Formats: sequence, structure tokens, C-alpha cells
Amino acid sequence: MTNSLTNDANGSPAQAGDAVIEVRDVHYSIGGRKIFDGLDIAARRGRITAFMGPSGTGKTTLLRLITGQSQAQSGSVKAWGQEVARMSGKELFALRRRMGMLFQNGALLTDEDVYENVAFPLRAHARLPESLVRQLVLTKLQAVGLRGAARLLPAELSGGMARRVALARAIVMDPELLIYDEPFVGLDPISMGVICRLIKQLNDALGITSIVVSHDVHELSLIADDSFLLSGGKVVAQGTPAELHESDLAEVHQFMGGLADGPVAFHYPAPELAQDLLEGEA
Amino acid sequence: MNATVDSLPVTWLRRIGSMSLFFAQVCARIIPAFAKPGLIVRQIYNAGARSLVIIMLSGLFVGMVLGLLGFDTLQRFGSEDSLGVLAALGMLKVLGPVLTALLFAGRAGTSLTSEIGLMKSTEQLTAMQMMAVDPLRHVIAPRFLGGIIAMPLLAATFSVIGLFGAQLIGVQQMGVDVGAFWSQTQSAVELRDVNEGIVKSLVFGVACSLIAVYEGYHCEPTPEGVGLATTRTVVTSSVMVLLLNYLLTAAFLTKA
Repeated sequence: MTNSLTNDANGSPAQAGDAVIEVRDVHYSIGGRKIFDGLDIAARRGRITAFMGPSGTGKTTLLRLITGQSQAQSGSVKAWGQEVARMSGKELFALRRRMGMLFQNGALLTDEDVYENVAFPLRAHARLPESLVRQLVLTKLQAVGLRGAARLLPAELSGGMARRVALARAIVMDPELLIYDEPFVGLDPISMGVICRLIKQLNDALGITSIVVSHDVHELSLIADDSFLLSGGKVVAQGTPAELHESDLAEVHQFMGGLADGPVAFHYPAPELAQDLLEGEA
Repeated sequence: MNATVDSLPVTWLRRIGSMSLFFAQVCARIIPAFAKPGLIVRQIYNAGARSLVIIMLSGLFVGMVLGLLGFDTLQRFGSEDSLGVLAALGMLKVLGPVLTALLFAGRAGTSLTSEIGLMKSTEQLTAMQMMAVDPLRHVIAPRFLGGIIAMPLLAATFSVIGLFGAQLIGVQQMGVDVGAFWSQTQSAVELRDVNEGIVKSLVFGVACSLIAVYEGYHCEPTPEGVGLATTRTVVTSSVMVLLLNYLLTAAFLTKA
């Protein structure tokens, strides 16, 4: 059941010419388990799009499809109008140079300090004079408030700081699309607020498109322009965070309210507890 | 039961095929990897310089044992002056390359596997791919090359220190004539003996480095997966070194 709260006149979730990422009728299974069953999603230019859903709904898998790390069994995944699955290795690398990605754990290079981590993409892709590399790196570190931590090693950083360094690294090549995979996981309220503001500021100041995958409803409500709620391999609702909050759909109500009872089962399928206990005695 | 027995050769065949493909992919990136020589130099330091102490100590002790046993055996035939020849040929042709490779697999090989495995489990390799950086070129090729370059240098060090150890025992302790020890060594050891040692250590370097980086790159990205991959590196490298040693020795003897 899909409830499009903000469909345009054609019933399409986003205007095609406006979409940076378009996912159409995607079916994807791993080891016989169906992850997506006709998924339709789009991320529009210049906007912050949130993909929400309970754990295990395939949010990170969706990012893997968008970035070409995995391929769907059927359906279409397009980035800037190009079919990602049909790209050669070289084309895929060219595509990724237009993207920046923030990983759940930061994925910083552990044997390099903060400065070298941020400089890494610059050194890998361009032969720039050291003075220019320094200028770019310090500018990006200043943007995330960690210029003073330039010579620290990743092991010396807190979780929030590591996430901010990873963010500086993700924007150092001035990408057109920034992808955030669970950016708020394991952060204290201060770090969470800082990351939240940074996502919004970077999107607005740099004029880029952002995709945020998370299940933190409150934080996403503050920054997202468009939201998609995933469940059971499909989009069950989409719209602005405010529209999702007001939805009377059972799945949306359960997720936005953080309720244990609802269409999304809390318990993994199992026989009745009494039956299980009695069998143990026998 | 049958399925397990049947699947074992298939598993090994698949593994050999996968490793051959990986080897070809790494070889294709060797020349591009030289564009950043600093990465290779760092890996030579990691695999080579950091293994020096264990190699030198092991070489010394192996040489000393060789001196003791060699003297004991040779004096029965009244030819203890040939101790230098025995030690030099033994070190150059077999003990130097083989023992260095086994030690290399245990020290540098496991270090390579666990380092790459941890990079994989902490998504550093995926992050590189997302930054449009090829991890095979940036991470694997420099480590592979570093191992290949370091191995012959370590084997040479092992052999030289080992010969010194044999001389220490034979000449200083057992009383073998120092002139006879070195002159017989000089006249008996030929260039082809040195070449055999170099070829062996190069081949062992390729095998040990390839197994180490392959296991790290293909391990399960979990703590248990990294541990298992590290164990596989030592076991596979050791068996492969001993097998290759036999094949190469037989080939050199046939050629001679």
C-alpha cells in the first residue's frame, strides 16, 4: 500500500527533469529474502530527501543501489538520468566523483590523521600544489568546526568528531550530491544537533542535493524537505515531515510515534510462547 | 557427508580460480601503482624494515645450529674445514629463502591480512570506492609490491647473518681454521647458487604477499572473519612455500 502525500499531477513522486536520483519499480532480494518489491523513490535537485523506515527495511541497501555498489534484479536506478547498473567501472567512478558519502561509522583511514583523511580525495584525483591542498582542507575543516583537530588521529576523536571529519572529507571535492547513511546513530544530543545543522547549512550554502537515510524522526523532521517512509520493500508514505506526522496511515502512525504495536511487527515470527515453553518441558 | 567430501575439491578449485583472477587484477595495477612511489616505500618499510629484528635473530640462531651440527657431522669424515661451504650453500639455497618466507608469512603476512581485513570491516575500502579511488591500486598493489621487494632483501640478510652465526660457532668455538672456512666458501659458492636463492626468495615473496593481500581483501568483514583469514594466511603461505621450494629445487637441479 503506497500513500503518496505529495504526488504531482502525473502521480509521479517527483518531476522527472528535477530528479537527481530516480528509483523506479526496483525489485531486490538477498538470499531469498525480498528487500524491495517495486520500490519507487526520487531525490530532487537542491533538496534534502530523507529515507526513513524501521531497521532492516533496506535503507542502506538502497544507498548501495544508488551508488552502484549493488545491482537490482529488476527495475531502474538512475543518477542524473543515467542508468547506474549499465555503467562501466570507469563511468561508475566518474559518477561517484559527483557524489560525497558519509558512512555510519565515518570510515576514516585509521593510519592517517584528520588532515590527511580530508586531503585524501584531493591527492588521489588531482595534482595540486601543497599550499592549495592545505587551503582546501583547512577551509573544509573550518566548516565542520575541526580545524584545530587537523593533526589528531581518528582514534583520538569522539564519535561526533569522526562523523564531522568524514563530512569534511565528503565535501572536499565539492560534490553535487551528498549521501548520509545514518548520520545520527550513537551521537549525544549536542553532536546530533551539530550534525543536523551542518547537513542543512551545507545543503543550502553549497546548493547541493542531499539524501539522508535514518530512523531518527525528530532530527529528520527539522531538516528534510521530502521524506519517504519505507516498509515491507515499498514506500508506504511520502511527503514533507509535517505531512507524515499528520498521516492517519497505520504504518506511518506507528513509525512516527515510535509505537511497538502496529503493522510493523515487534516480534520476529515464532510459535506461541506457551507452546515453546511446554515443548521445552516435554 | 558425501556433499562435504565432494565440495572440498570444488571449494579449492573456486579458491584457486578466484586467487588467479585477483592476481591478474593486482598485476594490471602494478605499473599505475608506481605513480605514487611513496606508498610502495612505506610498505617496504612495513614488511621489510619492521621484520628485520626477527629475521636477524632467527638467522643468527639457525646459523649457529648449522655450525654445531655441521661441525659434528663433518669432523666424522675429517672434513670440518668444509663447514663454510655447507653453511653458505645451505643458507643461500634453502634455509635463507625458506625460513625467511615462513617468518615473513608469520610476521608481515598476518599483519597485511589483518590490516586489510580491518580496513574492509570498518568500511574504509568501501569509502575509497565511493571516493572513486580504486582500493586494488591504492591499497593492495603497493602492499603486494612492498612484500615482493622486501622478501629477497630479508632472505639475503638472513643468509648473511646465518653464515656469520655458523662462522661464530665453527671458527670461534670449535676451532675450524678461519682461512679454510672462508676460502673454501669462496671457491665452492658459484653465481648460480646465489641466483637460486634470489629466484626462490622472489617466488616466495610473490606467493606470500599474494596470499596475505588476497585473504585480507576477501575476508568476512567481522572480527571472526579477520581472525580466520589471518590463520589461513599463515597456513596457506607455509604449505605453499614448502611446496614451491621442492618444485624450484627440483627445477634447479634438473637445469644443473
